[in-house]
Amino acid sequence: MTGPVLILGAASDIARAVARAFAAKGHAIQLAARDAVSLADDKADLETRYGVAVSLHRVDALDLTSHAGFVAGLPALPEIVVCAIGLMGDQDENAADMARATVILRSNFEGPASLLGHLANAMEARGSGTLVGISSVAGDRGRASNYIYGSAKAGFTAYLSGLRNRLARKGVHVVTVLPGFVATKMTEGLDLPKPLLAQPPEVARAIVAAVEKGRNIIYVRPTWRLIMAIIKAIPEPLFKKTSI
Amino acid sequence: MTRLSGWGRFSPRNARLARVRDASDLGKALGAGPVIARGNGRAYGDSAISPGLTLDLRGMDRMLAFDAQTGVLVAEAGVLLADIIDCFLPRGWFPFVTPGTKFVTLGGAIAADVHGKNHHIDGSFGAFVDWIEVMGADGTITRALPGSDLFDWTLGGMGLTGVILRAQIRLRPVETAWILQDMRATQTLAATIDMMDATLDAPYSVAWLDCVTTGAMMGRGLVMLGRHAGVDDLPRAQRRHPFATPRKRQLRLPLDLPAAALNGVTRRAFNAAYYWNGRRKPGPRLVDWDSYFYPLDAILDWNRGYGRAGFVQFQCALPQDRAKAGMAALLACIAASGEASVLSVLKRFGPQTGRFSFPMPGYTLALDFPANDRSLKLMDHLDAITLDHGGRFYLAKDARMPRAVLDASDPRVADFRAMRATTGAAGVFVSDQSERLGL
Repeated sequence: MTGPVLILGAASDIARAVARAFAAKGHAIQLAARDAVSLADDKADLETRYGVAVSLHRVDALDLTSHAGFVAGLPALPEIVVCAIGLMGDQDENAADMARATVILRSNFEGPASLLGHLANAMEARGSGTLVGISSVAGDRGRASNYIYGSAKAGFTAYLSGLRNRLARKGVHVVTVLPGFVATKMTEGLDLPKPLLAQPPEVARAIVAAVEKGRNIIYVRPTWRLIMAIIKAIPEPLFKKTSI
Repeated sequence: MTRLSGWGRFSPRNARLARVRDASDLGKALGAGPVIARGNGRAYGDSAISPGLTLDLRGMDRMLAFDAQTGVLVAEAGVLLADIIDCFLPRGWFPFVTPGTKFVTLGGAIAADVHGKNHHIDGSFGAFVDWIEVMGADGTITRALPGSDLFDWTLGGMGLTGVILRAQIRLRPVETAWILQDMRATQTLAATIDMMDATLDAPYSVAWLDCVTTGAMMGRGLVMLGRHAGVDDLPRAQRRHPFATPRKRQLRLPLDLPAAALNGVTRRAFNAAYYWNGRRKPGPRLVDWDSYFYPLDAILDWNRGYGRAGFVQFQCALPQDRAKAGMAALLACIAASGEASVLSVLKRFGPQTGRFSFPMPGYTLALDFPANDRSLKLMDHLDAITLDHGGRFYLAKDARMPRAVLDASDPRVADFRAMRATTGAAGVFVSDQSERLGL
């Protein structure tokens, strides 16, 4: 199992760690991001460290009409796809400005869903492949502090669930990843509890293991399963008065 | 705000820390007050904490090119030596110079111009650096070659000339992942030094000193010589896989030990046990690279063993002709104080180039003490003895030296300050250490 791995949203910290983890196992890597030129050093890094073939591809998650061409233009249909596309923004600004909110919704749900949809159809036709979607625990329940991003991720989580169901008997596996807090560019400057804060390589290891073992839904740290179970269990009359 | 300290965990303080991922991040960080680059935080004191903004360079950890014929590697400054070994030892390459931990970044190794057990033959880390790229005070990036002002001041310049972005280094070809170690026990300090002087042809040489035992046996030790093993040195069964070494369990110290855990009794017991354990197995034997070069890395976060107050390292170098007398005076002073260093390491230095690098031909002694009023006072005395014997101090270990001591130890300091003023680096690249020492 060493076919190519496509990383969507390859400029992110988690994506860089995931690319390294798969390259270390000998997979060829396809890095795709809006600004593919900026990935030249990452390509050199993967080639130098692991001696694997690396290609760079331009993809814009919000440019839906380009997605079919992007998939057709890949040097090979990947064996594994990891979608690390995401945009959080600032909740207060997102809530005040619906144009911003729409960009968040589209970047976290519409764009990734469209890209994975094209790839899923191609994999289904081939009869094999693994799709990994990095969603978020923020999608488990809408909260005042992060519901624009959270609701888009909720949609993405449901989409992945449906894809998994649809493709389960077609040889294509879908993994939903709920990382919890990760120390990345996205969370920089946020005051997050240290014991819950994972580093990107930890997320990458969890993803590689989940792909190899064919897991369906993973919380990178098991504590999150408990935390989110509690948050989901709070009755709405009570929940609406909390601030978490 | 983040709580930052050096590896010694002495005197932690709140600092602003920002991760940089590329040169443009760095350019944006300049100009809004003083900055200093920080690698993996292995300097023991306050070298990599800025009173302004501390730049976390671990986001720049890409390897950019490797020539499998010559062993030449181009990499960003945040790459760890551990990553370089992971990637290239299986292909037959090892860093030419490595300090006692593999968890340092390339940029940190250059900024401190670190030395290893082979300094007496090969010199310091900088001897194997082909070029460096440095972002200066005005935000421009300069590629500097050995012999240029920028290169020579940056090696050992503790990040105070600019931010090192990337470098080209040469690796050493090796046939195996094993070291042929030759351990020899000595009875006195003089015998330890004589033994090291008599074995200068050994590629690696370092001595552990028992600095607890007093009297005639003071300074007894274990001299550990070594060289990279060839394939022929390995047992027949291992020759087909010369880079395979036993997988070790990574241990981690999960909590701060109480400061009392390393008391006089346990320090004495540890030193005695270490000495007798070494004496029991003298002579040559094969040791894997990780155990030989990085025994302390086997326990992650070992620095928590000194308790919440942390510990302070003292490392000085003495010129060859004053080394014996000076080292004896240092050990006598420690013994008289009733303090005892947990780990004391003696190392022979050879010739050294570089305008601000620490090593000088002679000997260096590294000690560590739990941070408390008694040991800090003792170190003031050790400073004075070092100055009396014409020695100088290692800034990568320093956390507490007064400015007057640095000034008295090293005539190069005045030139360093002048260079900082001329290039505009002063005021832009500032660490708590540079403020304390007036660099």
